[in-house]
Amino acid sequence: MQLSRDALLHAYRQMATIRQFEERLHEEIKTGQIPGFTHLYCGQEAAAVGVCEHLDNEDMIVSTHRGHGHCIAKGCDVTGMMKEIFGKRDGLCKGRGGSMHIADTTIGMLGANGIVGAGAPQAVGAAIAAKLDGNGKVAIAFSGDGACNQGTTFEAMNLAVVVGVPAIFVFENNHYSEHTGVGYAVGTSRDIASRAEAFGMKAWRANGCDFFDTYKVMGELLDYVRKEGKPAAIELDTERFYGHFEGDPQRYRAKGEVERLRETRDALKIYRDRVGEFGPVDMAELDAIDSETAAMIDAAVSEAQNAEPCDPAHVTEDVYVAY
Amino acid sequence: MAIMTIRDAINETIREAMRRDKDVIMLGEDIAGGAGTAGGQEAIGGIWGTSVGLVGEFGPERVIDTPISESAIIGAAAGAALAGKRPIAELMFSDFIGVCGDQLINQIAKFRYMFGGNTRCPVVVRLIYGAGMNSGAQHSQAFYNLLTAIPGLKVALPTTPADAKGLMNEALMGDDPVMFFEHKALFGKKGEVPEGLHRVPFGHARMAREGGDVTIVAFGRMVSFAEKAADALAEQGIGCDVIDPRTTSPLDEEAILDSVEQTGRLVVVDESPPRCSMATDILALVSEKAFTSLDAPPQMVTAPHSPVPFSKELERAWVPSPDAITAAVRRTLDWG
Ligand SMILES: Cc1ncc(C[n+]2csc(CCOP(=O)(O)OP(=O)(O)O)c2C)c(N)n1
Ligand SMILES: [Mg+2]
Repeated sequence: MQLSRDALLHAYRQMATIRQFEERLHEEIKTGQIPGFTHLYCGQEAAAVGVCEHLDNEDMIVSTHRGHGHCIAKGCDVTGMMKEIFGKRDGLCKGRGGSMHIADTTIGMLGANGIVGAGAPQAVGAAIAAKLDGNGKVAIAFSGDGACNQGTTFEAMNLAVVVGVPAIFVFENNHYSEHTGVGYAVGTSRDIASRAEAFGMKAWRANGCDFFDTYKVMGELLDYVRKEGKPAAIELDTERFYGHFEGDPQRYRAKGEVERLRETRDALKIYRDRVGEFGPVDMAELDAIDSETAAMIDAAVSEAQNAEPCDPAHVTEDVYVAY
Repeated sequence: MAIMTIRDAINETIREAMRRDKDVIMLGEDIAGGAGTAGGQEAIGGIWGTSVGLVGEFGPERVIDTPISESAIIGAAAGAALAGKRPIAELMFSDFIGVCGDQLINQIAKFRYMFGGNTRCPVVVRLIYGAGMNSGAQHSQAFYNLLTAIPGLKVALPTTPADAKGLMNEALMGDDPVMFFEHKALFGKKGEVPEGLHRVPFGHARMAREGGDVTIVAFGRMVSFAEKAADALAEQGIGCDVIDPRTTSPLDEEAILDSVEQTGRLVVVDESPPRCSMATDILALVSEKAFTSLDAPPQMVTAPHSPVPFSKELERAWVPSPDAITAAVRRTLDWG
């Protein structure tokens, strides 16, 4: 597999944006400016980007409570997201949604979701629409290892096979659902993809901390789905660097676990280590992207901090009737 | 009497019940926490801290951490109850009744009646509910009104540590399914808790304040807001009865009607949108059974008809406030 320089640099920029967005939120949350619960995506950058670099605006994704990475990878406006997470009036969802409920349907981002397991059936519906429209588009459900235990996820996989639609189930196995280990909660813990196979669809597996591996395997998967019009699944083995939510004391972790993961499973380091195999990219170019990204995130944060708060008079706006 | 929080009162009551009755078991997500991890079980003790120490004492056979599968949690609790156990099933957020609705409303609610009175299904479902923490539209709702509408379910909403213990014991000793609503903003509330097997019968309201001029009926967290409003009004010479029904099913109609017959004025405070709410329910009760006692139109203080918004400003505008209660009390006095 060879990639163009543009493709290589764009993928890196996307991952760097997610990383810095989340690292910065981790800091800002400590200052108490950000309301509610926030679930950070750090550690899983290669998963979202490895999948979404194959998509365009007409392809659709549904996301999860840990959705910032999916949103950025699909092309959501970073400043709009930041404002939303700060709960500001001109945030991407007018400050009504927050971290867990970011959506931008104009670019095929059908919504992050606070209900674990709610997204997979919605992706099947979006895939039904794509099939009817005959436009060659696909719909992707991101789900965690925890979400793969919901009946809704099972029902969605079966329905997708029965109706034969281009729905793709991406399982990001980060080994935890909240404080519970995948080895306990998932009966087929070493192999979530096999569940999808049992429902009658083809499934792939990839290293979800390695952009190149995820991207390559996802490419094969998409060739199959676009050609056959059938559903498919992929399990991405990945890692969560922070707690389940910000403030989680993480007593369930092994000693030194996070340090070890950051050393050996960091998507950005792995990218730098491997990029030479796929095209000529200079480390200095990546450093430049890092600095540009830092400036962009800085600007997004200060815009969000200075943005107008929500107006309480708007609380019933967009409900079709007021009482 | 010990002073403790609602969180600890719930923990202690469940612990005592599990010691007393080996049929009491628990199911829920992360209620032990840390299963299958290096840190080991009980790393967490439930995300709300209400089940700290329980898996250590009673083991994972009775304190069952489940995968994220609400339908299976409530369904398994139903089956275990039919087979003679007394399961306590936890829904980490009451919003998740959306996931397991069938098991709640078509299954456990119906068994006793539908099977000719031959079965008992003593499941206690703990539902952690309520707005005020900017948790957004899918983690903030107070669904006690929905479940109150289902025949066959009992619904309790403790607002003090003593009632948390008393109502939980009552739930665990009864034969019917109980929806036990715990407000996330009340877990830290402290108060005296009687020792021993303290029980609070369902369908008996608590008079949180006695004032005699206006009746305020409030639910859940709104009881403390109503108390705040009543205390402020008392300083201005206006006396409010604040009634905490404690259970919405069965409902202590008598306590409400008795008070309204004396005051002629009613304010109902409900942390939910106005339509088909406990607020409309109490207004219907009073207009049907105490119509001639009323001296002013009853007032509802509810959330607006919208999902719970995320941002601080919007959520603050959504949750009924002590000021809104005070204003409603004044409207009943200024009327006519
Ligand atoms: C229906 C439902 N049940 C429980 C929760 C609480 N909850 C939020 S995230 C989560 C864990 C999800 O684990 P996983 O799917 O592996 O995603 P990850 O957090 O690892 O990204 C749980 C239990 C929820 N939001 N919705
Ligand atoms: Mg997970």
